[in-house]
Amino acid sequence: MLPKQKTSPEDAAKPEVLLEVDGVTLRFGGVVALDDLSFNLYKGEILGLIGPNGAGKTTCFNAMTGVYRPTSGAVRFDGQQVSGRKPHRINQMGIARTFQNIRLFPEMTALENVLVGADSQHRTSVVGALFRLYRVKPKPEELPTVDSANGLVRLWQQVRRSSAQVFGISRHTLEERAGERKAYELLSFVGIDDRANDLARNLPYGYQRRLEIARALATEPKLLCLDEPAAGFNPAEKEELLELIRKIRDRGFTVLLIEHDMRLVMGVTDRIVVLEFGKKIAEGAPAEVRDNPKVIAAYLGEPADAA
Amino acid sequence: MTEALRQINERRRHVLGGMGDRWRALPRWQRWLTLLAGVAFLYYLPFLGDIPGTNLIIPGLDWFRTDSIDGGANWAGVLFVCALYVLVAVGLNVVIGLAGLLDLGYVGFYAVGAYSVALFGSAESPVVGALQEQFGLSSDWAIAWAICIPIALAFSLVAGVLLGWPTLRLRGDYLAIVTLGFGEIIRIVAKNSGWAGEAQGVPGIPGPEGPPSPDNKVFGLLDIKPWYWLALSVVLVMVLLVRRLEHSRVGRSWLAIREDEDAAAVMGVYPFKFKLWAFAIGAALGGFSGLLFASRSAFIQPETFNVQLSILFVAMVVVGGSGNMAGVAVGAFLLAYLPERFRDFSEYRVLAFGLALVLIMLLRPQGLLPSRRRTRELQDRAKEPANVA
Ligand SMILES: Nc1ncnc2c1ncn2[C@@H]1O[C@H](COP(=O)(O)OP(=O)(O)OP(=O)(O)O)[C@@H](O)[C@H]1O
Ligand SMILES: [Mg+2]
Repeated sequence: MLPKQKTSPEDAAKPEVLLEVDGVTLRFGGVVALDDLSFNLYKGEILGLIGPNGAGKTTCFNAMTGVYRPTSGAVRFDGQQVSGRKPHRINQMGIARTFQNIRLFPEMTALENVLVGADSQHRTSVVGALFRLYRVKPKPEELPTVDSANGLVRLWQQVRRSSAQVFGISRHTLEERAGERKAYELLSFVGIDDRANDLARNLPYGYQRRLEIARALATEPKLLCLDEPAAGFNPAEKEELLELIRKIRDRGFTVLLIEHDMRLVMGVTDRIVVLEFGKKIAEGAPAEVRDNPKVIAAYLGEPADAA
Repeated sequence: MTEALRQINERRRHVLGGMGDRWRALPRWQRWLTLLAGVAFLYYLPFLGDIPGTNLIIPGLDWFRTDSIDGGANWAGVLFVCALYVLVAVGLNVVIGLAGLLDLGYVGFYAVGAYSVALFGSAESPVVGALQEQFGLSSDWAIAWAICIPIALAFSLVAGVLLGWPTLRLRGDYLAIVTLGFGEIIRIVAKNSGWAGEAQGVPGIPGPEGPPSPDNKVFGLLDIKPWYWLALSVVLVMVLLVRRLEHSRVGRSWLAIREDEDAAAVMGVYPFKFKLWAFAIGAALGGFSGLLFASRSAFIQPETFNVQLSILFVAMVVVGGSGNMAGVAVGAFLLAYLPERFRDFSEYRVLAFGLALVLIMLLRPQGLLPSRRRTRELQDRAKEPANVA
């Protein structure tokens, strides 16, 4: 896919709003984690969401993805109400996310982790997987190949090929294969395809972070939310991750990025929203936000956390 | 756990743990041949020690039969029960092993299947009696056995959904207790309802050849071998179907839900839907097993379907290795077979049985043939409190 035009509100005449957070308040007992928070996210941009520890960034993600329900206010995505829906429905609407504390399926291989994401796009469900009666006429490249030198095996392959031509292939099988191709493709996109068949728990830390991104991308979202994807990375790794985030945007995804490291956010985002104690204290282009005295104060009050 | 126990455990893991790997490393055709031979052997089992069609015997094999001891049970009859329990274990494994839901009332579904064929298939049941009266049918009319199968499957499936719908939102222990209650409710309702035959139960339950009668040629009352073969065939078909689920997006979703339900939901998996399916599929398999049991017995009573049976079912899955179909099948077979084979110990039998269970849980908490993923999940869970402390 070709790189999309940058569409920040300044240079586009009429930017299209993808996500609208509208007066969201979220309380945990006495703690006000989000306090009347409002901001917009435009199609095709990379929006940074920053703020000191405990500012409510992760909570904002949780409110958007259905993990928590806002106490008041609404989240709209693509013009549709998000708040109040179940997490899997919100995912189907087109929001995918990663977690700050990595939450992969540790007993699954990297490939299977991505497949779980890809499954959400598949139409086969329990009955289809059980009986496999729904047949689809395969495209030529989807037919079983006949390539064995062994006569007996070759005969078997020919039988399978002609039966696929006559009776078609079950939608389940086709989707399963398509999912696998897509999963491999995504693993190589994020650069970890060399460990595709290792259990997620055995992957190095950096790989796990990237695997989470691949898994989220597999659900074919319109909006990808990354919760501190570079936490615990050294500067070189952070640079690679920035590159990856740009590549993701160039593929046409809109990205919402939570990050602690100011420099990292400056380098990649189109716009930034700054939170403190659940309130929005600033919003705008990176350069403006960096020089905003409120932001400086918030960050000076809580130094040296960009590990 | 003491150091000695842990060492024994380690060694066992080496002996049995690599089996799955070695199996998967074999070429495909070798696996097929082995499986084929295994299936042939299962069908041969009722003759164990004999060579059918001749008077020859294979020395030694005889020892394994339950009728080789004084007053031992009919060998094919024991095998039939083993097959029923394996079917139950395969179904319960979907619920416990794959979806990770502890169901202590599984006997309820077994009872629903049994009562479905009894109440609709037996000419002597109150339900069929009412139908006869209503529509002026002859007094030996009843619904054919073959039609009772989909009826029983549908009823147990619906029972699974009805139980699952309100309860699957509960987690862990709460679910276990509610299901425990469900198993009891089914039994008590059957015992106290006129339409279910009350405590006397229902006689005259049909088999594939119709109502029980000495004239039945194949599925008779004395020769149980055909019943065993029937049950075995059902088991094999169901194992294939469950395998299909396990190796599809459904199995992946179950695993994902077990590992991290919230993360799975955010990735587009609807946990409730897949749990409900697991419940319904498990229920249908339990119901099928109950149907076969009722057909073979020709007569059922509510007291058969007690809590002990539920606990036995769970024990089969846990002892065998929850999550691994081969494991739970072995567990079911052993728990049905061993008490029959070692009947000699009569009054110590239950004690020995209990001791064996305790020993297995001490030495091999993940079960005899565990699923590797399940084993590691258990280990992780065991580590968790240590990390917190
Ligand atoms: N489940 C919860 N129950 C109670 N309080 C919570 C819960 N989740 C978050 N909070 C509180 O809400 C506030 C915001 O937390 P949140 O995790 O959103 O911060 P954050 O901006 O992501 O911080 P960090 O940079 O440390 O990740 C904190 O005060 C936190 O203690
Ligand atoms: Mg956070």
